[in-house]
Amino acid sequence: MSTPGEMGTEPWPLWEVFVRANRGLSHVHVGSLHAPDSDMAVRNARDLYTRRNEGVSIWVVPADAITTSDPDAKGAFFESPAGKNYRHAVYYTKSEGVKHL
Amino acid sequence: MTSPADLSVVEREPSPEELQFNDLIAADSRIEPRDWMPEAYRKTLIRQISQHAHSEIIGMQPESNWITRAPSLKRKAILMAKVQDEAGHGLYLYSAAQTLGITRDEMMQQLIEGRARYSSIFNYPTPTWADMGAIGWLVDGAAICNQVPLCRASYGPYGRAMVRICKEESFHQRQGFEILLELMQGTEAQRQMAQDAVDRWYWPALQMFGPPDDQSPNSAQSMAWNIKRFSNDDLRQRFVGMLVPQAEVMGVTLPDPALKWNEETGQYDMSEIDWTEFDEVLAGRGPANAERIRRRREAHDEGAWVREAAAEYARKQSAREAVA
Repeated sequence: MSTPGEMGTEPWPLWEVFVRANRGLSHVHVGSLHAPDSDMAVRNARDLYTRRNEGVSIWVVPADAITTSDPDAKGAFFESPAGKNYRHAVYYTKSEGVKHL
Repeated sequence: MTSPADLSVVEREPSPEELQFNDLIAADSRIEPRDWMPEAYRKTLIRQISQHAHSEIIGMQPESNWITRAPSLKRKAILMAKVQDEAGHGLYLYSAAQTLGITRDEMMQQLIEGRARYSSIFNYPTPTWADMGAIGWLVDGAAICNQVPLCRASYGPYGRAMVRICKEESFHQRQGFEILLELMQGTEAQRQMAQDAVDRWYWPALQMFGPPDDQSPNSAQSMAWNIKRFSNDDLRQRFVGMLVPQAEVMGVTLPDPALKWNEETGQYDMSEIDWTEFDEVLAGRGPANAERIRRRREAHDEGAWVREAAAEYARKQSAREAVA
C-alpha cells in the first residue's frame, strides 16, 4: 500500500523526509518533497527542512516504499493491548508506599 | 399512517465511517490522510490549502523585486532568507494538499492558467523600500494572526505545516517592523516613505481576513469542521488591537480617522472597509494580477528543461545501477 500523495503520474517522485534533530535522538518524520533521485532528495530536504539548524542528519525514503496499516481496520488491528492494563506499572497498586518500587 | 412527504424529511442514516468522522471532529481530534472524510471536507481543504500554497509562491515576487536594491548587504541577506522561506512554506503546503489526492503538477497548472486563487494582497506593487517593511509588519502580521489558529486545524497535515510556517513567520514580521522603525528614525523623506507605505498597505492587509462574517458563506461550515477557529471579523479586530500600540512605538499613523478605542465594546471602532476594491482585485483587476501570473508561468516554463534533465539523469542512473 503506498503512502498518500504518491500518484506515480508526476515526473519527480515523492520522498518522505526524516530529520535527526541532535545526536542521541531518533530521526523524526518532518514532511515530504519531490526530487528526481535520492541525492537530490537529500539536498532538497536540507534546503527545505533544515534552514535553521533543525537537524544533524537526514533520511529520505521513497513515499511508495512505505507500507501502512489499513486505516479501516483501525479498531480490530490495535485491539490486542486493550484490556491488558496489567502491562502497565500503574496496574500494580499493592506496592504503594514501598520505596524504590 | 406515513405519507411520502413525511418520508422525505427522514434523514438518511449516516454510514459508520461518517459517524467516526463526526466523532473525531466532535472530540476535537485530527483527521489523517487515509481516514474517510466527506467529499465536501476534502474539496474545501484542497481549495484552501492550495490557495494558501499559491499565495506563498506568488508572495515571493513583490519582495524579490527588492533583493538587488536592498540598502545594505545585511538587508539583502535577510530579504533572500525571507523569500526562501516563502518558497519553503509553499512547498510544505503543496505537500499537505497532495495528501488529499491532488498532484502538485495539477495545482501548479491551475495557478499558471489563472484558474486558482491566491491572496489578493500580492497583486499590489512594491514601489519603495518601505514596502518591504510594510509587507513584513502588516501583511505577514495579518498572515500570522490568521495562521496561528490554523495550527489547530482538524486536518493533521495542514495543522503540522502551519506549525512550521508560524515558527518562521515571526522573523518576517519583526524584520518588517524593524525596517519601518529605522525609516521612522531617519530623515523627513524616509519618514514620509514609511508612512506612505503604511497608508497603502493598511487596508489591503485588513482585507486579508476575508469578507465580513455576514457575507462569508463558507465560514460556518469551516468552523463546524474545526478547520477555521475564529471568524473573519474577530481575527481582523484582534489584529487591529495588536497594531495600534505597535504603530505608536514606531510613530506611524494608521490611515483610519475613525479608529478609536471603545470602552463599552472593549475593542477598536473602525471605518467600513471598501470591499469594492477587494472584489475588483479578487476578480483579477488589481494593479499586478496579470504580471504576477505571467512571471510565474515564465519561471515554470523556463525551468522545464531542468526538471526534465534531472528526471532523465535519475532514470539513466538507476538503469546503470540495474545493469551493474
